[in-house]
Amino acid sequence: MTQSRWLPYALIAPAMVFLGIFFIVPLVQTIMLSFQGGSGFGLENYSKMVGDLNFGLAIKNTFLLVLTVIPLQVGLALAMGMMLQKMTAGRDVVLWIWTIPLGVSDLAAGLVWLALLQNTGYINSMLFAMGLIEGPTPWLNSETPVTLFVAVVLAEVWRATAIVLVILVGGLQLIPKEFGEAAEIFGAKPWTRFTRITLPLLKPSLQSALILRTVLAFEVFAVVYALGGRNFPVLVGEAYVWQRENQNYGVAAAYAVLVMIISLAATIFWLRALRTKPEAQA
Amino acid sequence: MAGIVIDRIAKSFGAVSALKEVSLEIADGEFVALLGPSGCGKTTLLRIMAGLETRSSGRVLIGGRDVSDLKPYERGLAMVFQNYAVFPHMTVYDNVGFGLTMQKKPKDVIDRQVKKAAALLHIEPYLERYPAKLSGGQRQRVAVARALAVEPAVLLMDEPLSNLDALLRLEMRAELKSVLREAGTTTVYVTHDQTEAMGLADRIAVMHGGKIVQIAPPTEVYSRPASMFVGGFVGSPPMNFIPVEARAGSVALGGQTLAAPRASGALTLGFRGEDVTLAPPGEAMPFTVRVAEPMGSHLLLTGRIGDAVVRVVAPPASIVKAGETVGLRLDPDRIVFMDAATGAATDLAA
Ligand SMILES: Nc1ncnc2c1ncn2[C@@H]1O[C@H](COP(=O)(O)OP(=O)(O)O)[C@@H](O)[C@H]1O
Ligand SMILES: [Mg+2]
Repeated sequence: MTQSRWLPYALIAPAMVFLGIFFIVPLVQTIMLSFQGGSGFGLENYSKMVGDLNFGLAIKNTFLLVLTVIPLQVGLALAMGMMLQKMTAGRDVVLWIWTIPLGVSDLAAGLVWLALLQNTGYINSMLFAMGLIEGPTPWLNSETPVTLFVAVVLAEVWRATAIVLVILVGGLQLIPKEFGEAAEIFGAKPWTRFTRITLPLLKPSLQSALILRTVLAFEVFAVVYALGGRNFPVLVGEAYVWQRENQNYGVAAAYAVLVMIISLAATIFWLRALRTKPEAQA
Repeated sequence: MAGIVIDRIAKSFGAVSALKEVSLEIADGEFVALLGPSGCGKTTLLRIMAGLETRSSGRVLIGGRDVSDLKPYERGLAMVFQNYAVFPHMTVYDNVGFGLTMQKKPKDVIDRQVKKAAALLHIEPYLERYPAKLSGGQRQRVAVARALAVEPAVLLMDEPLSNLDALLRLEMRAELKSVLREAGTTTVYVTHDQTEAMGLADRIAVMHGGKIVQIAPPTEVYSRPASMFVGGFVGSPPMNFIPVEARAGSVALGGQTLAAPRASGALTLGFRGEDVTLAPPGEAMPFTVRVAEPMGSHLLLTGRIGDAVVRVVAPPASIVKAGETVGLRLDPDRIVFMDAATGAATDLAA
């Protein structure tokens, strides 16, 4: 029996309608909004955004965060994934525990780390009780940008490394063990096997994980907001401030469009950088 | 070049005993096939030799050196895997040169060895290609070339031809044999295909239930199987077995009197389908034909002697029809007697 030609389209239609209503329409609206200023259609919102005091800082902070957090997360997830591959007993339990932070929302994660790190937090109390500090030490205000940054990095790594791990573990399991064994037989030491065999064969999974994580990392907001408020401006945080506090939807939309463009650029970057030549595919 | 000694190797996976004190000596340059049904422990034994699997007890010696606790690459061997394990992200050239690159050999040495191995396996035209662009047979050649490029003292192969189609398998089998003969490499070849083992090996080690049940040259394994299991597993059609009774040191079978290894008692008589001649029914053992299959080179007859199913190979021009009863005369030099209870061969001389 030949299938009717419209059946595949009928089957994906609901998904397309959903995507249209809840994604494409708001997207187009946002883009339109970003070009609508008090004096009509133009770049007014964008010049306001760029002219703002916090703009440069938000760009710098966001990129600094992404460039610190992503390598840490990928490195950690790779190490954890390779450890899991070596384990036989209790592997699933360890994987399960490692992925618990995935179930915690980013705001909740920020609050957890706030409870640990604020002036009267657990860590301060503990250090004080051990006699290591004189009194409550502030780590998260504008006078301590380094510790604030470190705190945000810690919280982000704790919260979102697991998603990279899950993708990489899936990829590692797809690599037949004979590849590693053949390499071992022919004299490749563990590190060589990792760099010459495992990493290249893991490239497709690494690519997915990096695209997903980079896009999400450029949207970082709740953790930063919980820990530092506006002491550590980031792009999405600025969009939020313009929308909520300044009630200026146009500039907020301009920020949103900027984040989208950066995310698209990052995606294209990873698609190119980690391309597997079609003939070299497994 | 090196011989291999496997000294009482045993292996259990938890409660499952995969190998039960297996011992085997392989001479320098010899080609030994490990033959047995699926799950009998062939792969496990090969992987223990390679150092990819730990052993529960026993020793492995290669070239007189105890390698039991050495890493795979310290044992001086190469391996060909069932699914080839040719690296998909490297060109054929880099695949074949992988072992030499790992040994940090100079570029010109690598180049020379890669070209030599490639020539041996006829894969020179594909050296710059990626494996995904090759057929199964070509990938298999790459895997063998990669193993031979390091000029190993010992080559281990685990069912290297089982993923190829029948015609290609036949072609590769002959080619492997000539290539390895030329290289003079000590080879252990795992297979569950008895024709492969027969065709390739100097000696066949037949495995069953984690033990080697017979180790002998192919013709001996074929005509003098050590047990009913070996006779039934090796050869197509398998060896025929019929229950007989010895009286006064001989067995009487439809007009034939055959010397028996025992004075009296129950025995199992084994004979190959081609070691019989057809005779008129009254003058020999009566054989009731159920099915006659003309195979071109011969006529395959399946039927019964008493209650035992028997397969007989008759000349292609024989005129025998299903339902007919014919006489079978056995070649007394080519029969074997097995103990009826244990199934083990009872040597005539004993
Ligand atoms: N990693 C393993 N864990 C548990 N049991 C195994 C493992 N590898 C093999 N076995 C068992 O050991 C026996 C022999 O397996 P194997 O050597 O692969 O047989 P063959 O290669 O002859 O088919 C089988 O019963 C198999 O189930
Ligand atoms: Mg096997």
